[in-house]
Amino acid sequence: MALVEVRDIRKVYRRDTQEVPVLDGLSLDIEPGDFVALMGPSGSGKTTLLNLIGGVDQPTSGQLRVAGEEIGRLGSAALAKWRARHIGYIFQLYNLIPVLTALQNVELPLMLVKGMKAKERRERAARALDIVGLGDRLKHYPRQLSGGQEQRVAIARAVVSDPTLLLADEPTGDLDRKSAEDILVLLERLNSEFKKTIVMVTHDPHAAERAHRVHHLDKGVLSD
Amino acid sequence: MGNLSLVLVNLGRNWVRTLLTVGSVMVALFLFCTLGGVLDTLKAAADSGSRERLATRNAISLTQWLPGSYQQRIAMVPGVQRVAVQNWFGARDPQDTRSFFAQFAVDPNFWPMYTKDLEIVQWTNPPVQLSVPAGQDPHMASYFAEKNSCIVGAGLLKKKGWHLGQTIQLAGTIFPGTWDFKINGVYANRPGGTWRDDMMLFRFDYLSEKGMGGQNFVGVYKLAIADPSRSAPIAKQIDAMFQNSDAATLTESEQAFGAGFVSMYGNVPFALRVIGLAVVFTILLISANTMVTAVRERTNEIGVLKTLGFSDGAVFGMVLTEAAVIAFGGGVAGAVLAFLAVRGANLGILPPLTVAWSTLVAGIGIALVIGAVSGLIPALWASRLRIVDALRRVD
Repeated sequence: MALVEVRDIRKVYRRDTQEVPVLDGLSLDIEPGDFVALMGPSGSGKTTLLNLIGGVDQPTSGQLRVAGEEIGRLGSAALAKWRARHIGYIFQLYNLIPVLTALQNVELPLMLVKGMKAKERRERAARALDIVGLGDRLKHYPRQLSGGQEQRVAIARAVVSDPTLLLADEPTGDLDRKSAEDILVLLERLNSEFKKTIVMVTHDPHAAERAHRVHHLDKGVLSD
Repeated sequence: MGNLSLVLVNLGRNWVRTLLTVGSVMVALFLFCTLGGVLDTLKAAADSGSRERLATRNAISLTQWLPGSYQQRIAMVPGVQRVAVQNWFGARDPQDTRSFFAQFAVDPNFWPMYTKDLEIVQWTNPPVQLSVPAGQDPHMASYFAEKNSCIVGAGLLKKKGWHLGQTIQLAGTIFPGTWDFKINGVYANRPGGTWRDDMMLFRFDYLSEKGMGGQNFVGVYKLAIADPSRSAPIAKQIDAMFQNSDAATLTESEQAFGAGFVSMYGNVPFALRVIGLAVVFTILLISANTMVTAVRERTNEIGVLKTLGFSDGAVFGMVLTEAAVIAFGGGVAGAVLAFLAVRGANLGILPPLTVAWSTLVAGIGIALVIGAVSGLIPALWASRLRIVDALRRVD
């Protein structure tokens, strides 16, 4: 059974009185352990699709089963709990909390794990930072890190709770070529070594080459 | 790092704003508790006195005298056991003009009426053995032997640094001149007593002789009655007796007399309540504005937290806790500051200013209400914020 089953998904945004269709009857399967890239021009709906798969937005119609759960039917609280358990999200602009250290940023998802002691949270967060090569930057604040390092902290935050699915929204979009390469190598490693299923939105064909499969979106439908 | 740590970190991200908000809540609660303290003090003054005693004064005003001859006539009224004289003296201590304390001239009948309230705890012994009038405390021999004797409250003695046997000088205001008083006794309140221990009591005959040219003008008559349940008809009978005289009387319970005394302040309690509530309401708006600004600045971060799996309820709680910490911190600081700053401050004829525990608890409660209300709008806003709107990406 596919890890992600998208069936005839539609998403329409309402702007004032106008309805703006973003996804129009899209269907897609993603298998466990897969590394999928979503490409397409601006406004094609790739980030919207990522948000729907990640449960941060709800489809207007259609079926969306992720990690065995029909997430379109979940209420707000249940969906939040489901996200904490199954989704690791990597943003283009890192979105770290500026007043928290790297270690504290990575600890955040673990605060939602019931019964986990503070010591264990710190140890697991430190281990995640070690995996992304920032074991010596635990107490650094985001402003003290380079863009590439910030994105690696964000990746550590995304994987620290061992989620089922990693969603990356243009993870290299704000980085120089060298840093972008490092991030892509890291994502490949998470996929191959740690068996993480990854869905990555990107504009960059070079980044998309790292994926096992590339889907192109155009005007809310898959074009390939 | 736990939820509380996250709240504290968020509060520290703009510590100047946080401190200013805490400070504004602190000032508001300081004012609220201080004004509440004045109300507490007025209430304490109004509540002093017993329902089992009556007070008769001039019906026109407390500042008008009654003739001394009324004493015997009142004493003749059935049900009246004893009638004592109590006159406001109102002198100042020339050594300490800013510190005022109450002084009353009282006649010998006063003391047996207040044996349940006052206890003579220190006294001077006369050079030779003297007897005291019937029914009086035997420790008051010196007091009754020397006309310029006074008995001071233990609290006043301590506050002024006086000692037993000392002769003090007061400057008269209602009764001009320099007045010498010898401290021949110290009284303390008995448990449950209605008197205060920061006053001075002295002999009425000394006042009459030196201040009234031997005549007896009386400010208030205090009446002991046999049956408190008959106080109303007795009061009515006394007032009826003097209804058509030059000095008509107003007789009421000692407690009602105290309340009437406080009412001379006019509607100060109402004004204080209005001022206190206005200050609190203003700070509520300031706090709410600060919280709204602080949370809106973090819109993106709220979106990130929700993406990570923080529920709407968790975000709501976090924002509300931030507001509560600000309000509670400022509230406790303001209340404690008020308690320490105004303790013992002198309000003239009223008891020393104190902030009652109930006022402190009410103040801290109000601070929490400020926190809850000021945090409610931003907390609701944050909890209802959709992740996609917070992250502002709809690509």
